[in-house]
Amino acid sequence: MSDAPKPLPTSLAANPRLSRWLRFTPQGQVVVSPGKVEIGQGILTALAQIAADELDVEPARVAVRAVATPDSPDEGVTSGSLSVQNSGVALRHACAEARGIFLQVAAQSSGVALDALRVEDGEFLGPQGRVGSYWELADRDLLDCDATPGSRAKPPAARRVAGRSAPRLDLPDKVFGRPRFLHDQRPDGLLHARVIRPPARGARLLEAPASALPPGVTLARDGSFLAVLAESEHLAETAARKLEAACRWQEADTLPEEAQLAEWLRAAPDPMETIAERQDAAGDVAQHAEAGFFRPPIAHASIGPSCAVARWDGERVEIWSHTQGPYNLRMDLAKALRMAEEAILVRHVEGAGCYGHNGADDVALDAALAARAAPGRPVRMLWTRAQELGWSPFSSAMLVEVSAGLDASGGIAEFAVEVTSNGHSSRPGRGSLPTLLAAPDLADPFPQPPAINHGLQRGGGAQRNAVPIYRVPKLRVALKTVTAMPLRTSAMRGLGAPVNVWAIESVMDQLAAMAGADPLEFRLRHLDDARAAEVLRVAAEMAGWRGRARAEGVGMGMAVARYKNLGAWCAVVAEIEAAEVIRARRIWIAADMGEVVNPDGAANQLEGSAIHATSQALKEAVRFDRRNVTSDSWESYPILRFSEVPAVQVKLVERPELPPLGAGEPAFGPTVAAIANAIRDSLGVQPRVMPFTPENLATAPAV
Amino acid sequence: MVSFTLNGAPVALDLPEGMPLLAALREGAGLSGPRFGCGAETCGACHVLVDGRSTPSCAMPLGAVAGRDVTTVEGLGSEAAPHPLQAAFLAEQAGQCGYCLSGILVSAAALLAANPRPDEAAVKQALDPHLCRCGSHNRIVRAVLRAASQMAGEHA
Ligand code: FES
Ligand code: FES
Repeated sequence: MSDAPKPLPTSLAANPRLSRWLRFTPQGQVVVSPGKVEIGQGILTALAQIAADELDVEPARVAVRAVATPDSPDEGVTSGSLSVQNSGVALRHACAEARGIFLQVAAQSSGVALDALRVEDGEFLGPQGRVGSYWELADRDLLDCDATPGSRAKPPAARRVAGRSAPRLDLPDKVFGRPRFLHDQRPDGLLHARVIRPPARGARLLEAPASALPPGVTLARDGSFLAVLAESEHLAETAARKLEAACRWQEADTLPEEAQLAEWLRAAPDPMETIAERQDAAGDVAQHAEAGFFRPPIAHASIGPSCAVARWDGERVEIWSHTQGPYNLRMDLAKALRMAEEAILVRHVEGAGCYGHNGADDVALDAALAARAAPGRPVRMLWTRAQELGWSPFSSAMLVEVSAGLDASGGIAEFAVEVTSNGHSSRPGRGSLPTLLAAPDLADPFPQPPAINHGLQRGGGAQRNAVPIYRVPKLRVALKTVTAMPLRTSAMRGLGAPVNVWAIESVMDQLAAMAGADPLEFRLRHLDDARAAEVLRVAAEMAGWRGRARAEGVGMGMAVARYKNLGAWCAVVAEIEAAEVIRARRIWIAADMGEVVNPDGAANQLEGSAIHATSQALKEAVRFDRRNVTSDSWESYPILRFSEVPAVQVKLVERPELPPLGAGEPAFGPTVAAIANAIRDSLGVQPRVMPFTPENLATAPAV
Repeated sequence: MVSFTLNGAPVALDLPEGMPLLAALREGAGLSGPRFGCGAETCGACHVLVDGRSTPSCAMPLGAVAGRDVTTVEGLGSEAAPHPLQAAFLAEQAGQCGYCLSGILVSAAALLAANPRPDEAAVKQALDPHLCRCGSHNRIVRAVLRAASQMAGEHA
């Protein structure tokens, strides 16, 4: 069966109808319709490049339609650095097949042999000249058929657009301040809404006195869900503040002591389950290392607060949202609103970068609930800064405990990793209960389901990258998913990877020191994965690792990982300066992501994620008291600023013949880890608590 | 009624004087460039030029700009006639989600007006009130420096 055609790409198999993916217009445009959404990662541009290449049209002819139910392909959630890997590969196949179908029709009607035809910017050319075009056949419904297996896509060497840097299609609007974000939508009859969240987690609303409202303001209440609607944004804001001050709630302590969070995780009664194990022959352990690593919860901290617009029309509701998964959101809206999915329309409009599952989905339910009070009118719900930082799902606090042993010759004999964490996904559309924030507040409430960790075959959640990529004869990796969830947790850039890569790579440096080896040599000695070794060598070369000079207060550290153990390979070298606080000075990144459709776009993602990771490593922690999150402003949740960002250099190890792997996350974990190792290099202590602030480093042991 | 100059043209907005300037610009004047990020003068997304100074508009009352000159990112330039900064941001592909860019462009314009040849440290200092969560900082700094050298070349 070796010559069976290659199966359809996953997204295409799930949505095989070609007309769902692309159509031509008589005016000379190609409209492609992916199931993935733009979240600042540049997917629209990469997809337009792929379509232009396979169809042989100029990129300017390609328009990318934002996802909308029910017509767009259902590609689930845009996450996990899978946009190009899923949508790009499916679209490439669909476009290649479409090109073939159109050429066949052109060959038949013109009498020119199929293999004598070529396409130039959408025109079909034979030896005697032009015989037609996509645009002339646009009305023939030629794509009302299903995709068939077997790849007709061009060989990599024939690509002219994909593989070269292309300017982002969305950037001009953003540089000229044009209305492009969901926040900018102003449909006729628009009402503005604000939601009032309880003063404590799980608090019940006892009284919301309508007498506190200024004239012209409408109240929307369902159980403990409370919102106000007004003709102007300013009025809605003022009214929300007044009402908030007048409300009475029943509240209680529900959160653990912040300072005891690591202990709380350790004490949770959930089982620690082995998820990877190896028992190969190994030498006796001659030296042993052990360390526990803790990271507090982390916020997505989007620059634009979450926003949604909703309009009820009888029994149907239309939602405009910057969700990462329009179909998934629709499923959970249907559950929470107790209505049929078909009665809900979700249209994607861009928001600010989200970096994972922030409040985008939650605010859509808030908008729908508020809009019920004003049937027929579009209602724009916008969260406040405090709500964005305080009520979006968080990346779970994590505890990672590592123990490892060297044999007498300085080789790794054993390595064990135990991960303790809440789940890393509360994304909608995956269980029987809605995961949306307001669902437990309704008069007829839904219990809040605990976040889950997907299995390793899907890249894992908390346990993502908990399996070392090194040659380890005796290996044990275990996961305890804590199901009690005092703070709602969900997916954020990298999921568990940043903490696991930090823990593993930190212990690798510890082992290297015990073996008397340079961190680079020690890693290379234990790497069988050639692509991992290659990126590590390239990053070390970029940073001048081997010839590095020692300077007082300056340190250099390295780390390498293969994202999810399934995705892109990435190595990072960081240089830090340890003064009053730790400053990241320079970051060098080498990445192997297989085929790269838009090299500058990929570099932009890697640079951005390294800066994001630096921010997390050095500054970020969600703070809370026994009742609620207290880090709900930019003062109490500081992130990295212009004056603090490191210089970042990126090198791509390009492999155009190999499948594309995403760029948004692979550098995140290695950056955190490289910074930690650079701190150890300069200060001689092993950072074990994030963020790497002076207070947390004060307790770091010398190892 | 509050009268002022907006992007070079006189406007009179019939809105409460105590309303934040940001809300007045977005709702009253129909602009989309100045963006809401925090409402507390802590993120930079809403910055506009008030008499040439880069100023957060989210907490400043509309009444405070009566008779003054306000410029938003829309007033810097357009696709047909971009400000050198806007052209440089496109050339450097300086941005990802882009939500922070309007405010940053406005502060960069104020910087270059006051200091036509800033060094990297001066650019970072001028942009320090602005948060960018996407990590586009280095590209943004390069873009500002590129615009500066381009503007200097044009006037040489
Ligand atoms: S919205 Fe004005 S500074 Fe953040
Ligand atoms: S580009 Fe997204 S916040 Fe700056």
